[in-house]
Amino acid sequence: MSNQPDPVRLSVRKTYKLYVGGKFPRSESGRSYEVTGSDGATLANASRGSRKDVRDAVVAARKAQSGWAGATAYLRGQILYRVAEMLEGRRAQFVDELRQADGVTKKTAESYVDTAIDRWVWYAGWADKVPQVLGGGNPVAGPYFNLSSPEPTGVVGVVAPQKGPLLGLVSVIAPAIVTGNTVVVLASETKPLPAVTLGEVLATSDLPGGVVNILTGYTAEMAPHLASHADVNGVDLTGVEDDELARSLEVAAAGNLKRVYRPGAAAEDWLAEPGIKRLRAWTETKTVWHPAAV
Amino acid sequence: MSIFEYAPAPESRDIVDIKPSYGLFVNGEWTDGKGEAFKTINPATEETLAEVACATDADVDDAVAAARAAYDKVWGPMPGRERAKYLYRIARIIQERGRELAVLESLDNGKPIRESRDVDIPLVAAHFFYYAGWADKLGYAGLGPDPRPLGVAGQVIPWNFPLLMLAWKIAPALACGNTVVLKPAETTPLTALLFAEICRQADLPPGVVNILTGAGETGAALVNHPDVNKVAFTGSTEVGRRIAESIAGTRKKLTLELGGKAANIVFDDAAIDQAVEGVVNGIFFNQGHVCCAGSRLLLQESVAEDFLARLRRRMGTLRVGDPLDKNTDVGAINSAEQLARIRELSEIGEAEGGERYTAPCELPERGFWFAPTIFTGVSQSHRIAREEIFGPVLSVLTFRTPDEAIAKANNTPYGLSAGVWTEKGSRILWMADRLRAGVVWANTFNKFDPTSPFGGYKESGYGREGGRHGLEAYLDV
Repeated sequence: MSNQPDPVRLSVRKTYKLYVGGKFPRSESGRSYEVTGSDGATLANASRGSRKDVRDAVVAARKAQSGWAGATAYLRGQILYRVAEMLEGRRAQFVDELRQADGVTKKTAESYVDTAIDRWVWYAGWADKVPQVLGGGNPVAGPYFNLSSPEPTGVVGVVAPQKGPLLGLVSVIAPAIVTGNTVVVLASETKPLPAVTLGEVLATSDLPGGVVNILTGYTAEMAPHLASHADVNGVDLTGVEDDELARSLEVAAAGNLKRVYRPGAAAEDWLAEPGIKRLRAWTETKTVWHPAAV
Repeated sequence: MSIFEYAPAPESRDIVDIKPSYGLFVNGEWTDGKGEAFKTINPATEETLAEVACATDADVDDAVAAARAAYDKVWGPMPGRERAKYLYRIARIIQERGRELAVLESLDNGKPIRESRDVDIPLVAAHFFYYAGWADKLGYAGLGPDPRPLGVAGQVIPWNFPLLMLAWKIAPALACGNTVVLKPAETTPLTALLFAEICRQADLPPGVVNILTGAGETGAALVNHPDVNKVAFTGSTEVGRRIAESIAGTRKKLTLELGGKAANIVFDDAAIDQAVEGVVNGIFFNQGHVCCAGSRLLLQESVAEDFLARLRRRMGTLRVGDPLDKNTDVGAINSAEQLARIRELSEIGEAEGGERYTAPCELPERGFWFAPTIFTGVSQSHRIAREEIFGPVLSVLTFRTPDEAIAKANNTPYGLSAGVWTEKGSRILWMADRLRAGVVWANTFNKFDPTSPFGGYKESGYGREGGRHGLEAYLDV
């Protein structure tokens, strides 16, 4: 680790593992890969997730989905806010991790962490407002009550941005889960450590296990299994930088008509207010008709 | 009929620390009022709880000036996401101090601890949580492209849900970027004063929230203050009308949530026992001190007799007494004045020919009490069918057809709420289309949620509180 060794005592290093179903397993493959900092020094050996890890994570996400979607919007909002509270408590740790991973200044790292915390708060507030903004009554030409409401898409596979190991990651997870989806996230391949630490935050935020599952490893190895998995309802390809890989993932996603979210070619400014594009991406609209008659 | 014996289960009042006297909360500080202090009492025992300052015109000036300065310098310019975080803090502190607030509310108001603990206070926290989330999303509310705050809001609230009404007023006002001067009701100031402490705990900037205690004159001075941009009032239709008159021509934005005389309409196909529970909840919840109370029961003739027998039986099991007892269903009437009004209208009900039935229950010797009461044989011309009693008194009428139910339900100057009980969904929606009321409950009653707009038609007032619609009252859009 890049921390200066204490002259008196040897520090205890953390083992970076996966976050699946609310637990922290190693990869079933037994593999790991070396993660280096911006200066090239070894930071840790991260778990190198496999196809089987992807499938286990999808099972965990599916198992958690109906319960999470069935929780009241108020409760989901409070839990997302709780994530912000827990993240604020670990602010210094994330600032350190971002500096090691990204080589950014302390001030820059702080602005990323602070914005990540506020982003959870922003999305927490959306939990009970998305239906009010995206749904509503429809004045059909007849004696019918007609109401449209957004519902979660289901299990979403997320390829997290390769850059922005904390803020970018939060910015893709939060909009998916706030409406009741559960996610399987492939963390930034080269900067996966903040994602694992974020898993520790999520694990202590009253978020039910399985709502967020985080895998580390090689994007090109795991993403095709996620995109082709028949029990995944949508994929977010934000972190896929290779156009050919993106195309093949979209082809795979077409198999069961997964919803695909792929941002524009320009790099996203994660510090800017995100808008509700990503929120909308992971909702389905349900319309209910009912007659109004004596 | 025998009822279950219950051992007393009193909630401890040790959790609250009531000071002997309270000042005004202006610009983040406690100040002495310039008026003559008054006492607030526990309506269940008539004991004095505390002495409370009375704000004069000069105090109102100071509070409005503090709110104006905070609006101009701090709260107005502050980014929405930062305002949001203050409101989330407040929501969290309310959750943390929930039991303390519940006990204090029951002491000062007389409502059962079960209601203050399980209904009022959780809704208060939820309301702040909900509007916190709007503070940085106002552009998404669909009200207009450039939503801006109004400025200083003068807010006057009633005694029936003291802290909840405070939340309904303050949370959306602050979320939209306004600052407030709020006057709680004369008989129930204590939770608003504790809320002032909560604002301090949250490090809310001084002047954003100012609390002035006092009576009607203080309220009048506040709403008529020339530097107030927005007036929000919850209370009687009579006072609401006076406020509308007094601020006419000033360009102040006004929202009013006033009285009601809601019809609770039971069809012959309704699940009868469920409807009985709903009717009991509709009129006896919070001692009937509810503007949207289901105070007129409209029964379809074919089930009226059976329904009334079950209703009387159910009323016999209501437990009236110590508000701090966790088994209590119906607590104390909030004041001697209100008790006198309930008694007067009940006597008029008898004199006009209504048949009175009062639940057989023992009432405590001290304090203000009124046993749950229903009147049958009531016609639409009776005063107890027309006037808001604001107590645990139900007027029962009957109907034969849905059209007749609609005609009777709408035959009132009020239009706050209504209830419909039937197993037929299409009939619920047909009725809802025709009821001139701001809230229609179907197979339920007295349900509230921060996401759901609440407010009246006709002389029950205008404007909505709660939900996306509740933002409009505090925005220039």
